[in-house]
Amino acid sequence: MTTVDEPKVAEPSPPPGRPGVVAAALAFLRNTWRGLTAMRTALVLLFLLALAALPGALLPQRSLNEPKVEQYIASHGWWGQLLDRLQAYTVYSSVWFSAIYILLFVSLVGCLLPRSVEYARQMIAKPVLTPRNLARLPHHERAEVDGDVDEVFDDLKSRFRGWRQVERAEEDGAKTLSTERGFLRETGNLVFHFALLGLIVAFAVGKLFSYSGQVIVLANGSEFCNSGVLNYDSFTPGLRVDGTHLDPFCLKVNDFSASYTDTGEAVHYDSHIQYQSGQDLTTNTWRPYDLAVNSPLRTAGDRIYLLGNGYAPQFTVTFPDGQQRTGLIQWKPDDVSTMLSEGATKFDPPNVTDPSQLTKKQLAVTGLFAPSALFANGLITSTYPGLTAPAVSLDVYQGDLGEDTGTGQSIFDIDQSMVNDGRLKLVDKANLTPGQTTTLPDGTRVRFDSVTHWVSLQVAHDPTQDYVLLFALLMLFGLITSLVVKRRRVWLRVTSNPDADAEPARRTVVEIGGLARTDQAGYGEEFTRLAARLLDAARGRKAGGDG
Amino acid sequence: MPVNEALAQNSTYAYVAAVTIYVLSMFFYLAEPAFGRRPAAKSARELVLAGGGETTSTDDEPTTDEPTDTGTRGNRPLAERLGRMAVALTVLGALIHLASIVLRGFATHRWPLGNMYEFMSFVCLIAVIAWLIMLRRFAIRRLGAFVLIPVFILMFLGGTVLYTQAEPVQPALQSYWLVVHVTVVSTACGILLVPGVASVLYLFRTAYDRDDTRFTKFAPKLPAADTLDRLAYRTTIFGFPLFTFGVICGAIWAESAWGRFWGWDPKETTAFIAWVVYAAYLHSRATAGWRGGKAAFINILGFAVMIFNLFFINLVTTGLHSYAGVG
Repeated sequence: MTTVDEPKVAEPSPPPGRPGVVAAALAFLRNTWRGLTAMRTALVLLFLLALAALPGALLPQRSLNEPKVEQYIASHGWWGQLLDRLQAYTVYSSVWFSAIYILLFVSLVGCLLPRSVEYARQMIAKPVLTPRNLARLPHHERAEVDGDVDEVFDDLKSRFRGWRQVERAEEDGAKTLSTERGFLRETGNLVFHFALLGLIVAFAVGKLFSYSGQVIVLANGSEFCNSGVLNYDSFTPGLRVDGTHLDPFCLKVNDFSASYTDTGEAVHYDSHIQYQSGQDLTTNTWRPYDLAVNSPLRTAGDRIYLLGNGYAPQFTVTFPDGQQRTGLIQWKPDDVSTMLSEGATKFDPPNVTDPSQLTKKQLAVTGLFAPSALFANGLITSTYPGLTAPAVSLDVYQGDLGEDTGTGQSIFDIDQSMVNDGRLKLVDKANLTPGQTTTLPDGTRVRFDSVTHWVSLQVAHDPTQDYVLLFALLMLFGLITSLVVKRRRVWLRVTSNPDADAEPARRTVVEIGGLARTDQAGYGEEFTRLAARLLDAARGRKAGGDG
Repeated sequence: MPVNEALAQNSTYAYVAAVTIYVLSMFFYLAEPAFGRRPAAKSARELVLAGGGETTSTDDEPTTDEPTDTGTRGNRPLAERLGRMAVALTVLGALIHLASIVLRGFATHRWPLGNMYEFMSFVCLIAVIAWLIMLRRFAIRRLGAFVLIPVFILMFLGGTVLYTQAEPVQPALQSYWLVVHVTVVSTACGILLVPGVASVLYLFRTAYDRDDTRFTKFAPKLPAADTLDRLAYRTTIFGFPLFTFGVICGAIWAESAWGRFWGWDPKETTAFIAWVVYAAYLHSRATAGWRGGKAAFINILGFAVMIFNLFFINLVTTGLHSYAGVG
């Protein structure tokens, strides 16, 4: 929304005495402002915004999928790198996208201000004078009726209830009524655009103070507390969030269940959790909640979502000296339709403090886990995502896991370079079902104990999202009002018939003229109806009154 | 709950029957101008030009370009009868189409908008209904074929390439927001098909009006450019707020399903683009020098983005909205 018609007034020449540079600068600023707030500019900016948003739909975005971006750059050579330099993988925080919406924002403000002033002025102003010749309006009706001017006029006037109106008497004794309706259109228009401004501001503020984090929690009563960034597997802070002062709450994941159709399609995910926040933290009270997809837990200003799930096989390693260690860590699903998962459960030998000894005897139990296993030619596959016949196909490595190399390591994998260097050796391969054991060459025994579910939770915090919703609804409300309401004017003139010989039943002339103030189509029908109703009333008035 | 195979099968039969009837009715629409002279058309156009001295206040007097009703049934000319049969067939097709969708819902025991085939079917039904409603207000019967052509193409693609067996939907879709969001968005998409078609025809018609050697085969048989423009506008101002509402519902659902109300997912981004383009359309009508042809072009662009969102984003890119059930 911007000023529709630009003023065509000639620029006033700079007052004499003022330095030319200042005048030129002022003229430049004024022209820039006018140009920026012109409707044409707003239209062009709208198109640019649409165009600029497009790469975000077509190219992988860092905010959504970082690995995919890296893969895209790697496979597209110089083109991929050029796009990277052009910020095409971070479209919505790029310089050019920001530039467009800031310009649009300025254009919007620059147009809303004068329009609001104009709106306020029109609210006070009286409907305009009745045109001298109503017959020249796009919509016009005329009738000659009985009754004197005042009677007819008062009767017709009473039918304009709800219209803004002003009554005027003309010199020749004619009475006119100027009426206007549909101010709500402009109200809706302004509400829409101010709400749009509000939405953008709320959205931007939300980006500053929001955060989200993901964490995997074993569904065996394990706890997670929102006490610091380090508790998360990944954490995305807003610009003004430094990771301290997170909303404190704790939760315990007690179980997880999934149900599937016979063909293995997921039907329902569900996890029983307990949580504590606020006062409950000091009194250590746990409240139950049934966490499901589409049903997040809302507490302490945060929301907790059930995003994903998987399996964590538990292994017990009995070292040659009889000591036991139990390992339980999440494995990641490779194929969500069968939940065939892979992972690496890592062990340090007990009672070894000498680093050189430690790096000879570290153990990694890796391989594939199938919830419904099927072995074909020694290869494990999974036929169903549910837990019907769990089994693992293991590769057990022994040696140096490379955990002291300083580089981060995936919890789902071993460092393949250690294997290539010969510092980590494959010592055993085995297929196990729960309870079964395999023995390594050095006498260490590895037992596959059982399987536990894990859930992946997302914690999200956005202090302004309620405002965004409020503004969005206001926008919708304003939009509908501004599109549905028609702004129109109707004029009425009642005079005595200039034809002096007219019979009494035709002694008064009623004229009605109408004009739609917007490009709203469909006004003609309304005017025709209105005029017919008014004229019928005027004609039938006397007869009705007598009868 | 298991899928009721018999109902699912009947739903598919009804779908095929609806497509067939639409095609048949398309031929009747095309036959109408072929068999009819255009007695009232010329004068109707002049009437509009004479009445609307000011373009901003063009009125809506039905500029009938159908022959005037001669009263008794038997006296109607052949063309008129063909046209009426075409509309009757469209209504029949729409009823059977509706039955197909309802049966699908009963077969799967869920709201029948769970994959792309069902979505497409619903969009087409709404487009046909929207057109039938506009037909009551505007003299646009000749447009029937042009509305049914895209409907036929979409339904053909839906029934062949995108066809999916009746199945329950995954957990993320099991929400009453599926009913609200998807229904509203697909309704808006179907409604916006009508102004898209009207705007394309507007461009042909105005090209012919400027130079009557162009598109002489069919452009003269179209309603006046002014009627097409008003049809496009009045359908858009219904479809656009509905689309806005659908996007807001989507954001509310996304907040409770994915953890954020807006995340620039490809589908969301393209919906945003479509929204901006339609906003530009509304603004262009209030801007000197952009009315008419340019506005029509923007409207076509808007619908093109909606269709792009429907196909490309669901089938090619991978985002959170990949529920097409294809492949």
